[in-house]
Amino acid sequence: MTSFRPTSAAEVAEIVTWAAAERQPLEIVGGGSKCGLGRANRPEHRLEVAALSGILDYEPPELVLTAQAATPMRAIAAALDAERQMLAFEPPDWSALLGTSGSEPTLGGVVATNLAGPRRVRAGAARDHFLGFAAVNGRGEAWKAGGKVVKNVTGYDLCKLQAGAYGTLSVLTELSVRVLPRPEQECSVLLAGLEDEAAIRAMAAALNTPHEVSSVAHLPAAVAARVAGPAGAGGSLTVLRLEGPGPSVAYRAEALQAEALRQGRECHLLDHASSTAVWAAIGAVQPLLARTDSVVWRVCPTPASAASVLHAIQAARIGAEGFYDWGGGLLWVSLAPDQAGDDCGAAIVRGAVAAAGGHAMLLRAPDPARASVPVFQPEPASLRALAQRVKSGFDPVGILNPGRMQEGV
Amino acid sequence: MLTMPVPDGAVLSRRAEIVTALRRIVPGEGVIDSEEERRVYESDGLTAYRTLPMVVVLPETVDQVRRVMRYCSEHGIKLVPRGAGTSLSGGALPLADGVLLGMGKFKRILEIDIANRCAVVQPGVTNLAITHAVQDQGFYYAPDPSSQIACTIGGNVGENSGGVHCLKYGLTTNNVIGIEMITIDGEVVRLGGKHFDAAGYDLLGVMVGSEGLLGVVTEVTVRLLPKPPGARALLIGFPSVVGAGECVAAIIAAGIIPGGMEMMDKLAVQAAEAFVHAGYPLDAEALLIVELDGCEAEIDHLVAAVEDIAGQHGATSCRVSQNEAERLNFWAGRKAAFPAVGRLSPDYYCMDGTIPRRRLGDVLARMKQMEGQYKLRVANVFHAGDGNLHPLIMYDANQPGELERAEEFGNDILRLCVEVGGVLTGEHGVGVEKRDLMGTMFDDTDLEQQQRLKCAFDPDSLLNPGKVFPQLCRCAELGRVHVHAGQTRFPELPRF
Repeated sequence: MTSFRPTSAAEVAEIVTWAAAERQPLEIVGGGSKCGLGRANRPEHRLEVAALSGILDYEPPELVLTAQAATPMRAIAAALDAERQMLAFEPPDWSALLGTSGSEPTLGGVVATNLAGPRRVRAGAARDHFLGFAAVNGRGEAWKAGGKVVKNVTGYDLCKLQAGAYGTLSVLTELSVRVLPRPEQECSVLLAGLEDEAAIRAMAAALNTPHEVSSVAHLPAAVAARVAGPAGAGGSLTVLRLEGPGPSVAYRAEALQAEALRQGRECHLLDHASSTAVWAAIGAVQPLLARTDSVVWRVCPTPASAASVLHAIQAARIGAEGFYDWGGGLLWVSLAPDQAGDDCGAAIVRGAVAAAGGHAMLLRAPDPARASVPVFQPEPASLRALAQRVKSGFDPVGILNPGRMQEGV
Repeated sequence: MLTMPVPDGAVLSRRAEIVTALRRIVPGEGVIDSEEERRVYESDGLTAYRTLPMVVVLPETVDQVRRVMRYCSEHGIKLVPRGAGTSLSGGALPLADGVLLGMGKFKRILEIDIANRCAVVQPGVTNLAITHAVQDQGFYYAPDPSSQIACTIGGNVGENSGGVHCLKYGLTTNNVIGIEMITIDGEVVRLGGKHFDAAGYDLLGVMVGSEGLLGVVTEVTVRLLPKPPGARALLIGFPSVVGAGECVAAIIAAGIIPGGMEMMDKLAVQAAEAFVHAGYPLDAEALLIVELDGCEAEIDHLVAAVEDIAGQHGATSCRVSQNEAERLNFWAGRKAAFPAVGRLSPDYYCMDGTIPRRRLGDVLARMKQMEGQYKLRVANVFHAGDGNLHPLIMYDANQPGELERAEEFGNDILRLCVEVGGVLTGEHGVGVEKRDLMGTMFDDTDLEQQQRLKCAFDPDSLLNPGKVFPQLCRCAELGRVHVHAGQTRFPELPRF
């Protein structure tokens, strides 16, 4: 195994050109915090791009930031914070979940895995804020797409394709992302004691009000206690987040609480600091971190069906615990490793999702399992064939993170 | 003028046979053969370009679309998809040797799913009809291109349409969550759905804005948003466009993302005021319309903040709408800006570049110089929040050479946008209009990579050829792998 450590996009191109000619697969590594994501089949060589780091252009009123691909998220967050701005898609910190606390998440990694935090329901995912990039394709050619302005429809939107491609199409070397002002105030309204089905309806009702609820999650009683802080210990918690200018947040919090009281529900208010802490914990999947060896699935069901999906998985008695984010659009499930079976519960989890519509990713499991169980939801044959043709259009000999997403992709 | 691919004589000679075959798939009036009726489809919103399509097909079922596409694919016949034909970049310009596939009969709203905050609609449903169908329940569909009364959601997907509210609420791509599409070989593919994100590659994200080059959309699932409880607009006059631009930057720097933020220059203001009497300040060199939406508490707070910022940036007038009628009146002038400019001149040509906002002053100064050089006037309307410019070049097509001069002027403006770090098109699409300028923004490698994506979907380049890319796709050649084994050797690499 060889580790390549290029210091410029030109050097990345030179290495990939060699790898293409010699048909030597490369694993692309930025900060190394996401090496445990995706299928576990390690290519022969590592392309470590950590030296491609640094913010290249950032003028806050333009709402655009351009940085080299391996710029640490910490550096990006610090620069944005100083200008009271943010990445609105709120990339979550999965280091505890993945056991990678020692390594730095980078901008390129966040975009390549299309991360999104609890604000997904209102602000979208990384894909929605990715404006342009420079990259090296599997032929070793440096190329670019998109732009450095927030509004652009010139040519195909290849940013969408790169976001979530897990480095299988090109090596990103430089990215431009949209940034937005950070909300001045934040608070959360907590509803206590709702059963899952009722909570799903309450979350939908909250999202359907004009109060611009920006995040909605439900923690069933079994996992709620693991989130430090919130009142109402012992029962389930449904959390509704409000952000914006101070007077607006105060008014909307009042309105949501009044509505809850009208329905005879117990409710509490979390102030700015507690609200921020709870949402960071939810984004970091903290409610499921009681065991470090559990199998973790990230399920995206049709939101209104989320409770029936979790209940179907729990009915199979494989030690399932779960909680809901994105108003039910994101369902986190952990399974007891000794009960999940050889397929890590794939048949049960994917069977439950199939009935509701959506997809499920095996996010955390031992390497051998992630080599044998399809990590990403298998797609219909026509779509799989199309994805393979897309892959060969970018990486004809299959050397960039081959097999990281699907066999042959 | 642009040239389109030379019509294929072999296809044209089989025209009668092709029409007969298509009639077997789409019976009755769904296949339009007569020259008189085909004439209706000869152009879209970019009226300077006209081509009579070989034949027009208006299918009514997904199966018919599938079979038409399979037929075209098997017989090597080009196909141009069309929604309402409102494209301003010639995206639906027909081909003389191609089938024009009109999706106008797919007009049904299939499902409104409030629990999942989405609606499933057919591609021929108009943008505004979606909002009309859900507004009684307190919802709307956010992207609002100015053609929203007429343009279809299928066309919006093709063009990734925007509108005046997209700074805050996003473009089509941020508001479409699923589609059903047919590939050129007649295969039905579903991308996305009511759930978030894709299981594999985000091909939905690629389809949105692909200008009809990758597939034909037969169903669209859109995200619905709760209607904001209120909105108020400010009408702010400035003694200079640069001052207005600085005010825009200051509003954003203060952490405010308005629901809409539009700028007009003096000529556009005067034209609009003469047309709709919106009460615009005629002495202003630039006018800003800032709309703030949300709950009353939020609007009060933000209106005060924006008034303050405007004052600090030398605003000469500032009016806040006092009621809904007045707010709509403020917008009426902006929304009528294009036809209003149309009254000043026999013809106008609408451009669509985006620039980094900080370069607004330079770009406008250069545009002024070009007005002298080309001897044509320009009125400017911008989506100020995102730096998307719509210069309207006034000309008279009946004067020999003026159309060509207007086009060359427009091309120079777009080159300037790219030169200052912007892009060729913010929301209208490349189409045929900006096709030959793609090389100013992208080099050959960039364009080849884009075309290799095309090859994955449409290897024979039958879907909407001649649009977006200056050269026709040569998939066999683009797919070739040139390996130079031995030229770069592993031992030479340890320096990395």
